[in-house]
Amino acid sequence: MKSNIDSNISIKQDFFSGFKKSVPIMMGYIPVSFTYGLMARGEGLDAFTTILISLTSFTSAGQFAGTHVIVDGGTFLEMAMTTFIINIRYTLMSLSLSQRVIDMSVVKKMIIAFGITDESFTVSSFEEGTLSFPFMLGLSFFPFLSWIFGTLLGATTSSILSPRLQDSMGIALYGMFLALIVPQAKRDKKIFSVVIVAISISTLFRFTPILSRVSSGWVVIVSTVISASFGAILFTEVRSDD
Amino acid sequence: MTSKTLIYIIIMAVITYATRVIPIVMMKKQIESPFIKSFLHYVPFAVLSAMTFPSILYSTGNLITGILGLIIGMALAYIDSGLMTVATFTVLFVYVLSFLNL
Repeated sequence: MKSNIDSNISIKQDFFSGFKKSVPIMMGYIPVSFTYGLMARGEGLDAFTTILISLTSFTSAGQFAGTHVIVDGGTFLEMAMTTFIINIRYTLMSLSLSQRVIDMSVVKKMIIAFGITDESFTVSSFEEGTLSFPFMLGLSFFPFLSWIFGTLLGATTSSILSPRLQDSMGIALYGMFLALIVPQAKRDKKIFSVVIVAISISTLFRFTPILSRVSSGWVVIVSTVISASFGAILFTEVRSDD
Repeated sequence: MTSKTLIYIIIMAVITYATRVIPIVMMKKQIESPFIKSFLHYVPFAVLSAMTFPSILYSTGNLITGILGLIIGMALAYIDSGLMTVATFTVLFVYVLSFLNL
C-alpha cells in the first residue's frame, strides 16, 4: 500500500508542477482567445458557434483561418486544407513528444494529444526526463479553460479589458518564449546557432515580397526543418535523458 | 447555427486533432537514428525561435513598444528570470510604455 500512497503523492505533485508551469500560458491565452471571440462575432458567427470552435479545436491561428473559411462560405475541402496546412506543425511537435512518453498508454496519449499547443509543447520540451500523464494534464487543462473563458468574454461582451492592456498582453506569450530560449542559447553554442538560423529564415519569409505570402504555419515548419537539420548535421548529439 | 456550419466545425476539429494525435500514438518506439534524435533535440528551439521572431515586434500593435519589449524581455531572460517573471514584467513594461504614445 505504501507504494500506492507514494504514487498518489507523485501524481499530485506532477499535476501541480504542470499547473505552475502553465500560469504564463493561461495569462497569454486570455488576450488571444478574447480577440478570437470578438473577431468571430464581428464576422457574423453567433456566440455559441464561436465557443464551440474554441472548445473543439483549441488552436489559435487555425481557428482564425477556419472562421474566415466559414464566413466566406468556402468549400469543405478548403476548410480541410487550410486547417491542415496551418496545423501541420503539430505533427512535428507530437513526434518529438512521442519520444518522451514511450510507456504511456494509448488512451492517455490520446488525451494529452488534444492539449498539444505551441506553448504546452515548448514548456514540456524543456522538462527533464520522461513526461508523466499528470504533468501534461496539469500543463494543458488550465490554459484550455482560460482559452474557453477568453473566447466567452470576447464573444459575449463588447470589451472588458482596455484596448491598451489587450495590446500589451499580446507580448506575454513571446516573453515566455524568450525566457525559454535565451538562457539555453546563452549556455550552448549549438543551440545558439540553431536559433540564429531559425530566426533568419522566418525573418526572410516575413520581409521578402513573394515569400511573405506564405502562411505562418508553413513558415514555422520550413524554418524548423531547415534549422534543426542544420543543427543535426553539424553537431549530432544524443540527449543524455533519452 | 446551420448544419453546414456544424460540418465546418467538425472538419476543423478532426483535422486539428489528427495532426496532434497521429504521431504521438503511432510512434511507439524509441528512435535510434542519431541524426533524427539530434534533429528532434533541436526542434523545440527551432520552433520557438521561428514563432517568436520577427512576430514579437508586431505583438503589441506598435513597432516601437514591440522592439523595446523584445529588448527588456531578452535582458530579463538573460539573467535567468523565470517564465512568469519575464512574461509579466514584459507585459507591464509595454503597458507603461504605451502611455508615452511612442
